[in-house]
Amino acid sequence: MPNALHIIVCAGIVPDPLQTLEPVTNPTGPGLKNEMVLPSVLDPWAASALYEAANLVAKNPGSKLWLVSLGPKAKLQQVMMTIAQKVAFELVPIDGPLGGFADAHATAAALADAITAIQGLDRDKLLLFGGWESATRGAGITLQLVGERLGITDQFQGVDQIDLHDDGSFEVLERVEGGKHQASVCAGAPAVLGWATGNLPEPRNNPQIGMVNMRTVMPALQKAKPAALAPNGLKYVSVSLPKQQRDTRVVKDMNSDEIAAEVVAWIGAE
Amino acid sequence: MSTSALPETASMLTLPTDQVRSILWRFADRFDLQMLVQSARGVARGTVARLVAAGERNTHDWTPLKDEMMDAFDRAGLTAVFMEPEEGGFIVGPKNLALALSAFELAWVDGGAATASLAGFLALSPIHERGTPEQAQHYMSLAAPPQPGEDRKAWRGAFALTEPIPYVGVDTGMLGGKVRIAEWKGGEEPLLHVDKRGRFITNIATANFVTAAVSSDDPRIKGSCVIILEDGDEGTFDPGTPTRKLVHQLSSTGDPIFNLKVPASRIVGGYTVKDGVIVPNFSHGEVIEAVFRRTRVTVGLMTAAKLLSAIEPVIRYQRSRFRGAEGARPGTVRYEQGIQQREDALHRLVDVWASGEAAASLGFAAARLFDELDPLEKQKTAILRERGIAGGRSEMKALRATEESAIAFLTMKPNDSRRAEYAADPLVQYVLKDAEANVLCPATKLWNTGHGANMMREAVSLMGGYGITEDCPGFLASKWMDAQLEATYEGPEAVQRRQLTVTMTSTVFLAQFRAWITEMRHIASIRPGTGACTLASAMQMWLWTLNHLQKVTDAAGNKLYHGQRQGVTFAMADALCWLLASRCQILDVLELEARGTADASLADTLRGTVQFLGDLCHVQTAKAAGEVGRICAELVFGYKKHPSWNDAGCNQCFSVDELAEFEQTMPGITSIVLDVLKADGSHPDKAGPCASCIGESDFLQMQNKLSRCLSGSRLAKDRAAETVSAVMIPEALDYPQ
Repeated sequence: MPNALHIIVCAGIVPDPLQTLEPVTNPTGPGLKNEMVLPSVLDPWAASALYEAANLVAKNPGSKLWLVSLGPKAKLQQVMMTIAQKVAFELVPIDGPLGGFADAHATAAALADAITAIQGLDRDKLLLFGGWESATRGAGITLQLVGERLGITDQFQGVDQIDLHDDGSFEVLERVEGGKHQASVCAGAPAVLGWATGNLPEPRNNPQIGMVNMRTVMPALQKAKPAALAPNGLKYVSVSLPKQQRDTRVVKDMNSDEIAAEVVAWIGAE
Repeated sequence: MSTSALPETASMLTLPTDQVRSILWRFADRFDLQMLVQSARGVARGTVARLVAAGERNTHDWTPLKDEMMDAFDRAGLTAVFMEPEEGGFIVGPKNLALALSAFELAWVDGGAATASLAGFLALSPIHERGTPEQAQHYMSLAAPPQPGEDRKAWRGAFALTEPIPYVGVDTGMLGGKVRIAEWKGGEEPLLHVDKRGRFITNIATANFVTAAVSSDDPRIKGSCVIILEDGDEGTFDPGTPTRKLVHQLSSTGDPIFNLKVPASRIVGGYTVKDGVIVPNFSHGEVIEAVFRRTRVTVGLMTAAKLLSAIEPVIRYQRSRFRGAEGARPGTVRYEQGIQQREDALHRLVDVWASGEAAASLGFAAARLFDELDPLEKQKTAILRERGIAGGRSEMKALRATEESAIAFLTMKPNDSRRAEYAADPLVQYVLKDAEANVLCPATKLWNTGHGANMMREAVSLMGGYGITEDCPGFLASKWMDAQLEATYEGPEAVQRRQLTVTMTSTVFLAQFRAWITEMRHIASIRPGTGACTLASAMQMWLWTLNHLQKVTDAAGNKLYHGQRQGVTFAMADALCWLLASRCQILDVLELEARGTADASLADTLRGTVQFLGDLCHVQTAKAAGEVGRICAELVFGYKKHPSWNDAGCNQCFSVDELAEFEQTMPGITSIVLDVLKADGSHPDKAGPCASCIGESDFLQMQNKLSRCLSGSRLAKDRAAETVSAVMIPEALDYPQ
């Protein structure tokens, strides 16, 4: 099995993007209003990484997939009720705070420690996956920092595709400017891949897969180690959501051509 | 960036989360059910919602897209919910709660989709409940979705009954299908000829097999049975013409025609041959009784899902109603709150929400009860069989002594030495749960769907003209119409009322009901503000009225509480449902309060959520108390003849002179006497002297007390309304419109 892989996906949980997200300052620093009570989902970018990883594992016999996730245990459990039905994996939970405002270095340290402690992990076969972006604040450096802490120097970001070769090397397509991809060939594992959206659809829920996963997920959650993330002096001056602009007028008796012309003019003015 | 700490007020911040729901409905410890919920939700808010939005409800014909919905059920594991792991399922043990949750999630978007999912189980239920082990294994395996690597298509089934349902006092002999012997060679399996025409049969367009109820048309076959028909059998298996439905168009319905030859081994539950006559082991009545008493609960929950699904779209509509208008600038109350500035809009939505919570609580309580009852029923059957007792009447006779033990168990003191023994006795527990289930099941079906349909009308009305358009988010208008079908199928409302009139008067149930009154009073003492005391008072009134009605006669001397007197019995059944729903709702909120503290993810919101849901309980109990008070008062007084200004009536009145004399010895009497005749014999302008309350003074006292018990209920409604005006909702509905 020359291409048997050990893939670790680092994936956080984020508030459901459909919810109204409002930044507030809590006693402990910035956060989102009512964050703990908002329903959570797996970070969409990292979720793409998970589905790509599962696809690779399925195609390469002898491979294994771990999902390493840092978040409040109870929230992680909620999210697992859906995610665990999609692909087979072994969960490595870290019981930590929610939110995108933690210091990326502290987060990376906790993730790297958890990965180092995984029994049976072969670093020569390791592909470290995650999202190159996040639906939270998205520091954009956490995955790289985890890779560096693990001593992995081959790193790729904005990945949309990976093609494994028989000799263990692989070709990676990374997003670059102008809607183009940069193709790179890597000699083989270990490597870090920060995924963009990939090419795979979200797998359908399959409770049969879920029941198998849950045999390990639930005990793992019960034993999840707490991780207090030190702020390391990080301070936020201000936090705000991207501005939404709404410019609605109620008009009557306007024909479609006039409406279209006005929309085009409005777009042009932007 | 605004600066604020998490609020300390006990106000619900967001709509109840999955975690809250799993505690309320008691599946927080069941990850298999939590996964099922997510899986069913994915199909409902994905595949199903897209079908509805694309207009697939606009045709009653079965279409390729509707067929894809069935495949989506397979892929998401919904088809396998009914099955045991060895048959291709993934849930171990009883499946009533699982089916209920799955149907709830599907009906959140479309009732027809839920029905299409349930109809397959309905076809398999006779085989599951009463079939031989071979039949169960064979058909469950065929119906199980193919596993990875398997190259086959799952069989789908339909259930063909088409006649009145037994146990409801109507003619149960009118079966729309006949069976006779086609061929019976010595030593071989008899070949039967089945001739049946179905009416309004669900899932018939996709059915590979049908479980059909038939009666004997041959002296060599005894009674009736349920028999399995396959589309490959010799003869005609015609799905017939589709029914031109106005509702539930995502499930297929048709009037099939079957004229087939099938082996006798297809008789559900098998048969024996006695003196040359085939005797089915189970009559069709015994089979379908076991089936319907479970599946009706899920139908009730479908309507509950509609009510709760209406909350979010209505809030969003209300808040955004004026946005875009010139006079509504961001930051103004008009812009932010929209119609929610008005108390009426909030109060009416609170009523819809409270009804939805109560309906869901009742339905899920019934589903859980059947999960507890299923293994007990098997134990009961095994124990009685060991004693040589089998069959409906013999079992009922044998359980009579156990009923006394069950009633004794309910009234035992906590330190009674026999308590542990009775608690561990499967027969005692079976009798208790069976009596409760026999009431909760029809109550769920009747109240959830009937009252639910009325409240769906209210929800639609809160959307204004938008509510009756195809563009209305949440498909509310479709749900309103669908609710009416749910009130009708699997036994219309009259059937449920009829069953309740029989089961609610069982001594075991009434003993439980008395215990529940005590329970509610106790809850009220430790957790005031939920309306538990109001509910207990209303329960007391209902019980008093039932006893009263069973003893008294009407003005003509005819018995009041009588099977044929449905004006009395059905009304009491209706009143009972309100009480049961409120009780379950209160118990659920207490469960959330007790268990929610252990859940860290609820820490910030538990108090507020419990407060809000508790206020909804209070609102609902006040409404229930009002209904019960009205119904009971009508029944207690409505059958008495109103006195008139004739000699007999006037003789009961004081004259002005008499009253003046009495006033000398009893000062103040004038102020309390209502009917006084003047010196010229003329009387006050009204229908007659007021009716006496001799015999009903206790009722009037209860009525008085019940009115005072309503104290605080409108304050609770105000609090709930305030929460509704501020609760956070998602930016958009999570399914297409």
